[in-house]
Amino acid sequence: MSESWRQPRRLLMAALGALTVFYLLAPTLVIIPMSFTQASILSFPPEGFSTRWYETMLTKPAWSTAIRNSAAVAILTAVLATGLGTLAALAMTRGRFPGRALLNGLILSPLIVPVVIIAIGMFSLFVQWRISGSIVGLVVAHTALALPFVIVNVATSLRTIDRNLELAAANLGATPTRTFQRITLPLILPGVFAGAIFAFITSWDEVVVAIFLTTARFRTLPVEMWQQVRQVVDPTVAAVATTLLVVTTALLLLLLVVRRQAPVR
Amino acid sequence: MAADAAARGSERPGRTRGPALDRWALLVLPAVAFLAVFFLAPLVTMSLRSVTDPPGAGLSNYAKFFEQAAYLRVLTNTFWIALISTVICLLIGYPYAYLMTIVPGRIAGLLLIAVLLPFWSSLLVRTFAWQVILRDTGVINSFLMNVGLISTPLELIRTTMGVILGMSHVLLPFMVLPIFAVMRRIDPELSRAAANLGAAPWRAFVRVVVPLSMPGVLAGALLVFVLALGFYITPALLGGLQDQMISQLIVQQVQRSLDWGFASAMAVLLMAITFAILFVASRLVRLRDVFGSALEE
Repeated sequence: MSESWRQPRRLLMAALGALTVFYLLAPTLVIIPMSFTQASILSFPPEGFSTRWYETMLTKPAWSTAIRNSAAVAILTAVLATGLGTLAALAMTRGRFPGRALLNGLILSPLIVPVVIIAIGMFSLFVQWRISGSIVGLVVAHTALALPFVIVNVATSLRTIDRNLELAAANLGATPTRTFQRITLPLILPGVFAGAIFAFITSWDEVVVAIFLTTARFRTLPVEMWQQVRQVVDPTVAAVATTLLVVTTALLLLLLVVRRQAPVR
Repeated sequence: MAADAAARGSERPGRTRGPALDRWALLVLPAVAFLAVFFLAPLVTMSLRSVTDPPGAGLSNYAKFFEQAAYLRVLTNTFWIALISTVICLLIGYPYAYLMTIVPGRIAGLLLIAVLLPFWSSLLVRTFAWQVILRDTGVINSFLMNVGLISTPLELIRTTMGVILGMSHVLLPFMVLPIFAVMRRIDPELSRAAANLGAAPWRAFVRVVVPLSMPGVLAGALLVFVLALGFYITPALLGGLQDQMISQLIVQQVQRSLDWGFASAMAVLLMAITFAILFVASRLVRLRDVFGSALEE
């Protein structure tokens, strides 16, 4: 407990922490400088500086349509999952019903069942239903995967709000619908927003289910990337990886900023 | 309309013993119906397929799996890789989570962001990064060759070590978050009391923090192990043939052999193993804690 004992301990802890942060972040960050290389093979350190691989990504039809498909699927997934999930969260925090444990299990199971199993199960049935290889099939698949995130986030904010505000509104004569619109929804909005962002990211990054539910005519960005990384890797893949990363990170940081400003609790 | 009715159903929450199912509860139906059709139905169909494809298959698809040493080896290999990844995540994640609880709030926030960013980043992108780092012309090998330490590339990719490195990296946040969630709730006064009673810092740590953080350790280890069992992308990109995991075998049977019955049987096995582990573990930890801490931001 003497200072001489504590000092090396603190140094050791700091070093461990720094090393772990390095292990968590550095491997992924290595891609970013590599995506700006001038050379036509991926190399580290990168040679020179050029945005040519980003130009390729935006102009080559395979990549540019994949970007559009990914964005469309992710936006639709966020909308659908947020709608279904918010209703479910209301039910689960306010409602009274039997089989709650079972329901919890069902809602969390998309996170637990190995994704390859979900993928081939959906593929086999969606082919029969003729929604495999279409935006519809992929959006419903991603919505199932994203639902747990929306439900947990909305339910958490529902539990933290003051129910007296709702009761006051009701006592002052507001209809339940109006109470929800004017009181409840604004209060839980940060949670709903977080759920929507997480749903978007879940879909935006998802690859395994998408590998099965897409075709050469309809591919998302991660699937196109998956096709490429198993063959010869040209630096476009690094540009694509950076793009995926930047979108996810920007959304997360946006979420952190919103959370900080939101008058929760 | 529906909302009107729903709200009226629970005017006085908790005060009266209402019907077992009130109107608020109805709001869960869209989500449940959605999951039943688009999530459960595929899994049920697949389970049926494991005993009906080819027609009259019965348990033959399962027998096929257990009769072949090669398939069983994939299963044991899957367990090994999952286990080693879990241990590594624990060794790295535990001190990190502890660090997050003892540094000033500002730094703790940054340390948390360093976990959350990779947690939410694409698994494919992160695995791709490891591919770029480990391959023969990758970051490590070209560096070592440039400085003249080696003349031929080290075998880093297509090795078990590569798979484990990548998987531990991807799974580490799943270990840190549950442990941190439990550790931050430990009353710091307890450690101080131990110190006041004359315990050396390491002793206070071992006798106070470690036992109280065990639920978090169990939750994190369970989460990482169960997720690791189902990994596909990372072993496919970083591993060699000898490192095949069960998910890869399932995909291979579907894509190359078109043997849906056999693939379904293996999928059911993997699912059964996953749920069996969770069931046993649910006696030790509250599963809500396990997944709750990983879900909430």
